[in-house]
Amino acid sequence: MRIGVFVCHCGSNIAGVIDVKRVAEEAKKIPGVVYADTYIYMCSEPGQKLVEDTIKKYKLDGVVIANCSPSLHERTFRNAAARAGLNPYRVEIANIREQVSWPHEDEPELATKKAIKVVEATVKRVRKNIALVPPTIPVTKKAMVIGGGIAGIQAALDIADGGYEVYLVERDPSIGGKMILLSETFPTLDCPQCIETPKMTDASQHPKIHLMTYSEVDSVSGYVGNFKVRVRHKASYVDWSKCLGCGDCVTACPVKGIPSEVDRGLSDRKAIYIPFDQAVPLVPVIDADNCIKLKYERKISEGKIKRPPKPVKVCEKCQDACVPKIINFEDVDKIEEVEVGSIIVATGFELMPIENLPEYGAGKIPDVIDGLQFERLLCASGPTAGVPKRPSDGKIPQSVAFVSCAGSRDPAHGVAYCSRVCCMYLGKQALLYKHFVPEGNAFIFYIDIRSNGKGYEEFIQRAKEEEEVVYIRGKVSKIFQRGDKVVLWGADTLTGERVELEVDLVVLATAMVPSAGAKELASKLRIPTDTYGWFQEAHLKLRPLETVTSGVYIAGADQFPKDITDTVSQASGAAGKVLALFSKPELTREPTIATVDTEVCAGCGFCEDACAYEAIKIDPRRKISVVNEALCEGCGACSAVCPSGAMTLKNFAKSQVFDMVEVATEEYE
Amino acid sequence: MKISYFPGCTLKTTAKNFEISALAVTKELGIEMVELSRWNCCGTVYSLTSDDLMHQLAPIRDLIRVEEDGFNRVAVLCSMCYNTLKRANLMVQKDSEKLDKINDFMYKEDLKYDGKVEVVHLLTILKDEIGWEEIKKHVKRKLEGLIFAPYYGCLLVRPPEVAIDNVENPYIMDALFEALGARAIDYPYSTECCGSYNTVSNPDIVLDKTYEMVNLAREQGADAIILSCPLCDFNLEARQKNVLQKYPDFHPLPVLYFTQIMAVAFDLPQDTFGFKYNQVDPSYLFVKNKEKV
Repeated sequence: MRIGVFVCHCGSNIAGVIDVKRVAEEAKKIPGVVYADTYIYMCSEPGQKLVEDTIKKYKLDGVVIANCSPSLHERTFRNAAARAGLNPYRVEIANIREQVSWPHEDEPELATKKAIKVVEATVKRVRKNIALVPPTIPVTKKAMVIGGGIAGIQAALDIADGGYEVYLVERDPSIGGKMILLSETFPTLDCPQCIETPKMTDASQHPKIHLMTYSEVDSVSGYVGNFKVRVRHKASYVDWSKCLGCGDCVTACPVKGIPSEVDRGLSDRKAIYIPFDQAVPLVPVIDADNCIKLKYERKISEGKIKRPPKPVKVCEKCQDACVPKIINFEDVDKIEEVEVGSIIVATGFELMPIENLPEYGAGKIPDVIDGLQFERLLCASGPTAGVPKRPSDGKIPQSVAFVSCAGSRDPAHGVAYCSRVCCMYLGKQALLYKHFVPEGNAFIFYIDIRSNGKGYEEFIQRAKEEEEVVYIRGKVSKIFQRGDKVVLWGADTLTGERVELEVDLVVLATAMVPSAGAKELASKLRIPTDTYGWFQEAHLKLRPLETVTSGVYIAGADQFPKDITDTVSQASGAAGKVLALFSKPELTREPTIATVDTEVCAGCGFCEDACAYEAIKIDPRRKISVVNEALCEGCGACSAVCPSGAMTLKNFAKSQVFDMVEVATEEYE
Repeated sequence: MKISYFPGCTLKTTAKNFEISALAVTKELGIEMVELSRWNCCGTVYSLTSDDLMHQLAPIRDLIRVEEDGFNRVAVLCSMCYNTLKRANLMVQKDSEKLDKINDFMYKEDLKYDGKVEVVHLLTILKDEIGWEEIKKHVKRKLEGLIFAPYYGCLLVRPPEVAIDNVENPYIMDALFEALGARAIDYPYSTECCGSYNTVSNPDIVLDKTYEMVNLAREQGADAIILSCPLCDFNLEARQKNVLQKYPDFHPLPVLYFTQIMAVAFDLPQDTFGFKYNQVDPSYLFVKNKEKV
């Protein structure tokens, strides 16, 4: 073996603690090492050049770089090796920064000794490394976008404009998401009905986009480039292909008083309904839990009542009113399986229910509402046609108090994070309210005002100065009803005084939380979620749109609270990732994955159970394990559980691990 | 059910009405409250200084007494005793080093404390072990038409690890009122501090608070304030005469222990109500009520 060891100073990050010269000197003594030296920044161009030249000059067949974490520069040096004609998988990283110099900065002597050990162990590993060739897999050049809010719409449009087919799946009857329900958007005061509907229409009319509304992802199998997704089209009981969207069925329906989902309970809908006027597609669905006819049919099928010998017409008023007669009470859920190469998840957010906030009335005070409810009250297409009437008695409030951080930034409510958009939307809502009621009073309780976007701070200043919105710095401790008023107790932390405020309406900026079902979807897609249930990105800074499952990307507020600007940017970014994936004829995968010694494997199946990526299956004919190269992420769980030693992680074989452990467990002199 | 019972000093002095009514009510419900054969002060206020173990001796000694009497649970009525005993108990349960130190200091005790006693408040027993349905069965005089302000103060619900109910929005007393046929108001002050020991050094603070708290209870429609803490009772009830001196527009409002209204609802003998120890006579509330019934 001819192994070269390259020790990086990383400026003073490593050399400030570790005696790098000594590490290189000691490395030279390790059998097989023919070259060892240090350099101030190994990752710099001259540093990489040094590696390349040395490989050529010394005819190295193994390289150890002692520097930072392999997640940062492993690829850099493997590429350098490839340029010098060495198989890149003969290069390994000895991490002496994150695992040595940083944690042991107070013990330089010990740190140096540990660094020597880490280098020696890695040299032993490299001795048994073999040359690997990355496997290639075909790719289905179609994408799926889950979630039809502004993030999903934008991502779908970008991919479709790139020339690839997209399935846009939305569980509600219409696309548009939360954005289409808003009044106006900060800081430009564009109305979403003006700026989002063109995108919704584009998405529905784009020849490359298959819109799947009122549908949910049932299951996902396969792997990057080759996913199979089963989509459940929920029974709508209406043949949408023939529907004109006239709404006669809705007018005819006798079932009233069902709280409207889009108006968040501030208005009622019927059992058959079109969610809102700008819905795309503009078609109705029947809510089976509330429809008289469907409830009757269900009772019969459950055997609770018997169908009379002479059939009776229970209620078919919608069908009677429908001109093309396209209502089908026998409709059932339909499953469709589609094959896609990549998936973008854009399932958005929900608001923490006011019921979770006992100090703010736990949802029992009618005139304490959440931010999205007030959006509906201010929205021209909302339940009050844009006139802010309070829910209890329909009066226009003469005073409104807005409470920031209702649940957010409060670990006691399980939400330690900032919801990021509330400062801005409360400022906007107060401003819009003042436009309707110029003589009214608007108060905003805040902890800090976070207005760090383009034009945001100017917008807040405008609300304060031009619109005379009163900002009170302090938290509200209690909200309760007194007569027909709502009383807030809190503190003004600038004057140090207690505040009692009596107002007509309170708007709570309740915390943004992941939308319902996000956890279940995450497990179907095999992507992790964080402590709060947000989808976990692969790397917060450097891979924010990717997940650890190759080919699955995230966009919008399902990753973390985001405003529309950030959401749309991220959606286009995720679409760019998909387009990059589709731009290659086939995909290459990391070759450092599991492999089975077919002579030794007894087919016990332990590895199949241990695999988190469903990459291992037992071949029923040969009774041995088979690794799917496209699915294996190289975690090594299979080789750890394998009782016979048949399962090996390439270039991380058991003998290599034992060699390294042997070095690691030697006593220090 | 038989359970050890720790009264605490006030229940034998200024809060006799609490003890008399509680013992009568629990007897009616089949709970045998066995007063500790020996007990001392609960420690009054749980010391927040982490190395101040001296102040934990009193509560831990009381818990030793529980084990001496052969019990592993102790019922407490006074909110302050409950809070102090429960928190001292939690502290030694979590920190065996401190428990050893305390045991070493009290080497003359026959028993070493092992942290195994459970401290429970009577309200918790009523909710979890008796149940509102069972309590309803004992109600012979429904308190119909009466509206009460539930007052928990700070000690029953803070800190969260000793809270008998939701910290921000406790409901246990509301449920009790409903079982007795009465109704609760939404009382924003229900977990507010009563002013506590400021009543000694700075009574003006307490007078202002009591003025506000009683007035709001009345404004929200309450006929009386119901509580479980003798110190809160002193500040909210006994101080009302001083409030009247300071604010001539003030109208007194009855303040009762939750066990007193239970005794009335169970139609127990008059002397178990303990009304004679109340500073603001509440009996008129129940005269009207009786007429209605």
